[in-house]
Amino acid sequence: MTQGILNWTRRGVLAAGAAMSLSLGAVAPAAAQTPPGVLIVGQIAEPKALDPAAVTAVNDFRILMNVYDGLVRYKSGTLEVEPALATGWEISEDGTVYTFKLREGVKFHDGSDFDAEAVKFNFDRMLNEDHPYHDTGPFPLAFFFSAVREVEVVDPLTVTFTLNAPYAPFLSNLAYPTGLIVSPAAVEQYGADFGRNPSGTGPFKFVEWRSNEAVVVEGNPDYWDGPTDLQAVVFRPITDANTRTAEMLAGGIDLMVEVPPVSLSEFQGDSFTVFEQAGPHVWFLILNAKEGPFAEKAVRQAANYAINKTALVDNVLEGTADVAAGPTPPAFAWAYNESLEPYPYDPDKAKALLAEAGMENPEVTFYVTEGGSGMLDPIAMGTAIQADLEAVGFDVTIETYEWNTFLGNVNPGLEGKADMAEMAWMTNDPDTLPYLALRTDAWPDKGGFNSGYYSNPEVDSLLEEARVATDQDKRAELYKKMQTIVQEDAPWVFVANWKQNAVTSDRVENFELQPSFFLLLKDVVKN
Amino acid sequence: MTGYILKRLVSAIPVLLGITVIVFLIMAMIPGDPATAILGSYATPENVEKLNRDLGLDQPLVARYFIWLGNMLTGDFGRSFALNRPVIDEVLDRFSATLVLAGTAFILCAVFGIIAGVVSAARQYGFADKAITFAVLLGISVPSFFLGMMMILIFAVKLRWLPVSGMFAIYGGGDLPDLLNHLIMPALALAVVATGVVARLSRSAMLEVLRQDFIRTARAKGVGERDVVWRHALKAAMVSIIPVLGIQAGFVLSGAVYIEMVFQWPGVGRMLVDAILKRDILLVQGGVVFVAACYVLFNIAVDVAQSLLDPRIKT
Repeated sequence: MTQGILNWTRRGVLAAGAAMSLSLGAVAPAAAQTPPGVLIVGQIAEPKALDPAAVTAVNDFRILMNVYDGLVRYKSGTLEVEPALATGWEISEDGTVYTFKLREGVKFHDGSDFDAEAVKFNFDRMLNEDHPYHDTGPFPLAFFFSAVREVEVVDPLTVTFTLNAPYAPFLSNLAYPTGLIVSPAAVEQYGADFGRNPSGTGPFKFVEWRSNEAVVVEGNPDYWDGPTDLQAVVFRPITDANTRTAEMLAGGIDLMVEVPPVSLSEFQGDSFTVFEQAGPHVWFLILNAKEGPFAEKAVRQAANYAINKTALVDNVLEGTADVAAGPTPPAFAWAYNESLEPYPYDPDKAKALLAEAGMENPEVTFYVTEGGSGMLDPIAMGTAIQADLEAVGFDVTIETYEWNTFLGNVNPGLEGKADMAEMAWMTNDPDTLPYLALRTDAWPDKGGFNSGYYSNPEVDSLLEEARVATDQDKRAELYKKMQTIVQEDAPWVFVANWKQNAVTSDRVENFELQPSFFLLLKDVVKN
Repeated sequence: MTGYILKRLVSAIPVLLGITVIVFLIMAMIPGDPATAILGSYATPENVEKLNRDLGLDQPLVARYFIWLGNMLTGDFGRSFALNRPVIDEVLDRFSATLVLAGTAFILCAVFGIIAGVVSAARQYGFADKAITFAVLLGISVPSFFLGMMMILIFAVKLRWLPVSGMFAIYGGGDLPDLLNHLIMPALALAVVATGVVARLSRSAMLEVLRQDFIRTARAKGVGERDVVWRHALKAAMVSIIPVLGIQAGFVLSGAVYIEMVFQWPGVGRMLVDAILKRDILLVQGGVVFVAACYVLFNIAVDVAQSLLDPRIKT
């Protein structure tokens, strides 16, 4: 009797096994090589939209920079602007009128002409609430161009921008993705769905967007700056960093950005190339200069001496960042003060400064975030910083928050809540961060990001002056002076400048990372 | 029977309304708002206020709830802030992907779980029973996301038999073999724990039934052991197995969240995690309500199936 069941079971197991191996065998060989000429890029998330005026994330910019052009762009390998859709420009004596000459014969991917009317349409759509297509927004970064009072068409190939006041970062803001030029005809055709049906003038044309799977673009044979050798690029969102690493190792993607520091060792060897590029990023601690121990400059400097930044970047960040010296990242080569040396790691000096200030054991509340844009490895870094500070006598209490909650706590100011907080910024002009986060007029109650209430009239006037100076050498001099003063005043602990990284397989050639952190794929070759 | 089904459907309405209130309140109460999430470092009070106005988030809470509920009753789930497309399109796309994954895992766990349980019970304390019990214990104890990561490491990275992640090959592909190829690992990883649970409960349900008088009678009449086990006993045991399957369906659906993250399966679980991190209020609300409604309907179906099998259950 039981024999029957046993037989059945054996047969059943056999049948099931056979079915399994059949279904496994029936499917095509899985690890199919990616085709030559088609570059598959592992992205960190699904893009929000492919409308440059509507997005804010670097992840989205990586696609947009390949589909659109701006009037100007960053010269390869630098953060200095050069002509793109504009062939040249003139700036009026008082710095308020910019006249651009436009490139002739350029067409959008949908076949419509690029001209002065198209430029005017782009900026009016973003800035003018009465524009018929303003409702295709919201345009969260429109304030990049809040200095623009009017855009006028002089003739089909000449356009002028009139500003409210001189504003030196204007050109570099034009090179930022928010300044990329979209096809007015496509906006008129698709309205609010333009973000899923993009059309620009760039080296790649949009083909399709399969939700949560891929954005596919193909080479634009008529590109004004010479066509790309690539047949197509596929951007794949893979949110989980471990899975992204596994895809790269298995050959499912050809290019991977934002490799987690701990995974870098996986890519040593000949089949992969690892790229690194320092960018306009700075990771710092905001110190509350209004109240508590950090109201004393000596205590703020003590914190700068007490923290072992070299150990942080080498051990916690596995060499994916450099030690920061001041508030301006070295990637802004023209504005960076080379003579600035980072605060050395000197716990004895920190102790002496604390003693001098009469505070051997100051109590400090420290806001730490769990993650967030540009924050690198904030919990591990926070813990290491806590240990360094406690070693010289600080008594540090950490409070950890999820990123959005964290911003909601930090941006309105630290007063009454905390003495220090982690923060990181990535910007496109040396003006942006200090202007928004170090001026007296940028205290949170005035709508800025100076959450630690630093105030130095000399820094204020240097920044105001640099913002209206149109001569780059003059600006550079002012920013360098500002950096020296800010470093000495120590409103922040200057910690790290992140080096962006990427890995390519050995079938990819001619790839380069840019200091802007944009991903430019036109010249890449895929064998 | 029709009356019973209708009664169950009507009683589901307050449950669903309750869910809308809870998910709405949770999204309203958690710190952080979509404008801050979208603007990131550029979230000045001024920019946040303007964006909130553009997104329609400047209205009072109660008004927002009723506008949302009213729109939903007319089939309008709103537009996702973070993905810039109608919520219902995104949810349906994503839910069908989850259904493929969770459905496959559910069938796997039901079929293999019941077979394992029955074999185990029929051969109590025999070798097959011991082997199955051991395997089941192992399956229940391994977290599915860990199993998933190990499978990726072995079968995709080292052996290169199967693709690492996704639902279809990214270039070319898109047919059924391609789908199966991508489905094998996530479906297995998702099914393992549930299979273990189903096997254990099927085993005990079968053991109980096999000791009953009608089984002895059947054997005494000379019915073959195979028929006794698979026809007489299993049918009776199904009454206790089916509700377990209903619960496991919910388990598989929620377990899909981790598996979808690990395997980058474009399903509704991964969508919800992303949406919560981005404070994409309407997408979270719409997604949760949709999934909850499906779960409630599935449970009604299970109850109906059970009452069909066992007339003693009051209709």
